[in-house]
Amino acid sequence: MIASIGIDVGSTTAKIVGVDLEGKFVWSYIEPADPRVEDQVQKFLNLIEKETGPIEGKPIVATGYGRNLVHQATKKVTEITCHARGVFKQLGHGGTLVDIGGQDSKVIIIGPNGEVVDFTMNDKCAAGTGRFLENTAGRLRVKLQDMGEVALASRDEVTISSTCTVFAESEIISMIAHGVKVEPILKGLHRALVKRIVAMIRSVGLVPPLMLSGGVVKNPAIRKMIEEETGEKVILPDHPQFMGAYGAALIGLKLVRN
Amino acid sequence: MRYLKYIWNVKVAGALFLKYQRFKSERRRVPARWRTDILAPPLKISARTKELISKHYLEGRYASGVKPVAWVTSGGPVEILQALGFYVLYPENHGALCGTRRVAVELSEEAENYGFSRDICSYARTDIGAMLSGKTPVGRLPKPDLLLACTNICQTVLFWYRVLARHFKIPLILIDTPFVYDDAPEHAIQYVKKQLEESIPVAERVARKSLKYKKLKEVVRLSKEASELWLEIMYRGRAKPAPISVFDQFIHMAPIVEMRGKPETVDFYALMLKEVDDRIKRGIGAVKREKKRLLWDNLPIWYKLRFLAEFLGERGISVVASTYTMAWGELAPLIDPEKPLESMAKTYIYPILNRGTGYKLEKMREMVDEFDLDGAILHSDRSCKPYSIGQVDQRNRLIQEYGIPALLLEADHNDPRAFADEQVKARLESFVEMLET
Repeated sequence: MIASIGIDVGSTTAKIVGVDLEGKFVWSYIEPADPRVEDQVQKFLNLIEKETGPIEGKPIVATGYGRNLVHQATKKVTEITCHARGVFKQLGHGGTLVDIGGQDSKVIIIGPNGEVVDFTMNDKCAAGTGRFLENTAGRLRVKLQDMGEVALASRDEVTISSTCTVFAESEIISMIAHGVKVEPILKGLHRALVKRIVAMIRSVGLVPPLMLSGGVVKNPAIRKMIEEETGEKVILPDHPQFMGAYGAALIGLKLVRN
Repeated sequence: MRYLKYIWNVKVAGALFLKYQRFKSERRRVPARWRTDILAPPLKISARTKELISKHYLEGRYASGVKPVAWVTSGGPVEILQALGFYVLYPENHGALCGTRRVAVELSEEAENYGFSRDICSYARTDIGAMLSGKTPVGRLPKPDLLLACTNICQTVLFWYRVLARHFKIPLILIDTPFVYDDAPEHAIQYVKKQLEESIPVAERVARKSLKYKKLKEVVRLSKEASELWLEIMYRGRAKPAPISVFDQFIHMAPIVEMRGKPETVDFYALMLKEVDDRIKRGIGAVKREKKRLLWDNLPIWYKLRFLAEFLGERGISVVASTYTMAWGELAPLIDPEKPLESMAKTYIYPILNRGTGYKLEKMREMVDEFDLDGAILHSDRSCKPYSIGQVDQRNRLIQEYGIPALLLEADHNDPRAFADEQVKARLESFVEMLET
């Protein structure tokens, strides 16, 4: 039985999560973000209603960059608060949460009671985000979902000197022209992305344990390299890509209780 | 003839017209687009600020050939020039004005097309663009006869003013102020004083008259009085709710920057202080439902003042104090009209931008206590490197050592191309949520 709904309209994907009265993750759905946010959200709501029963009167909390376009929402909350809430509920402890999204990465320091203590986000550049890999995957003719495995399988690694998405692409073209193989390039690309992320973690100061969320964590190379670069074991929640929407639903639940 | 034109256009017709404009706007109702649901109505003094600044630029328009004209940096020791009867223009203030009027990009592009890098300060680009193209929202800027650059705010001014000097083929007085880590050593103060002394004959030659020491003392006294009043106004932010926000301060700081040493500036701030006190007495806050109070570090984002005031005001956030506006008042106690050159040397060596990053951290921490603040926004200003350097550490230490929540906000004081709307909103909103829980 769904008690509250969270919707996370991100730059790359849109997600919806339904939770029960105890805050348990009950139902979820994800698809690429549609620029017609309202239509997409309506479609999501119809779907959840069809599969889990009537949702009338239940709180809907929206988050993500498109949250202000969700007119069906009871409340709108930022991704920072929602991610912290979702991850804390699932893992039960604070620490440093790194969320690597499609166009936006964030590092959130979560206190012992689940509160946000500090945060930082990538600024004016998508180099530390999923879009960095997505852009270059096409260029290398490797499927996005295979990139991590391919990179990990490579023994060699080249240095991608520039961490700019656009310049990285031209650097890669030149490497291919010089006969460099795809695998070491891929490994170098992952390294470049991870170095950006680790610099962000360092800028706020790592408070262990280190937790990861966002679509990019499906990529095993990213996880492994973050561990290598920080020397910390990475903890993943159960549904890493849904933490924003899950946190939003939990915030909605609080509205029910009040 | 020029003199008559100046008298008529500035002192008679212009003054009357601006007075009439002020009179009209003082009686006008609050503009419909003003968010009176979340913010206090505009300060009554606003009409007078507009009159004062318009008059200043109007005078500039007709000053050439009537008065000697000097262009100076915002932290420049202007008192000598004021005492010699110069018309003084502050390109940084003009730059800010171009920023609020949304023409800074157009002017910057003029400079960029000429070959100046986008990495240079946006004030410098705006000014050089205005110089190259002659475009300005104030009608016309007077051609300078003398330039005065003081390195107490940054080193950019040195190169910027050299460009101006070469373009206008006029003398440049450079006052070099050694960086201060803890206390300025006596020899550093003497070094600045010596330069001030040496600047006098240069300025006298351009002005074609000699400096009267008595007049200099008078100007220094007026500078001190205005700075003291400004400092008082800043400290009124201790009241809860805070009667004015930093966004008000940013708007009303123009006279203390560009009209120091003039009697009308003293009168203006005396009046402003009265209005602020009246607000305190009546319990009027700049933000109607003040829930949290913040500190602002670094320059304003000139083209986004209203947006920021409303975005934060809507969420009950009042930005009460800033290191930037404080800088024009905090040195008032150092000014001594009886020892004008000696005290000017001291005053102009000590601005916050000429001191170590540790000093700024300490200052911010003190201000958080003094004004009873809940956190700080540190504007990381792409254009102003000396103000922004060290902010990452300052932010972290505010949080980790003093438990003061702090946000680093990346933007630029005058170049909207370095401002990402959605990203700024996301950061500010997340920060507000963090403060609320």
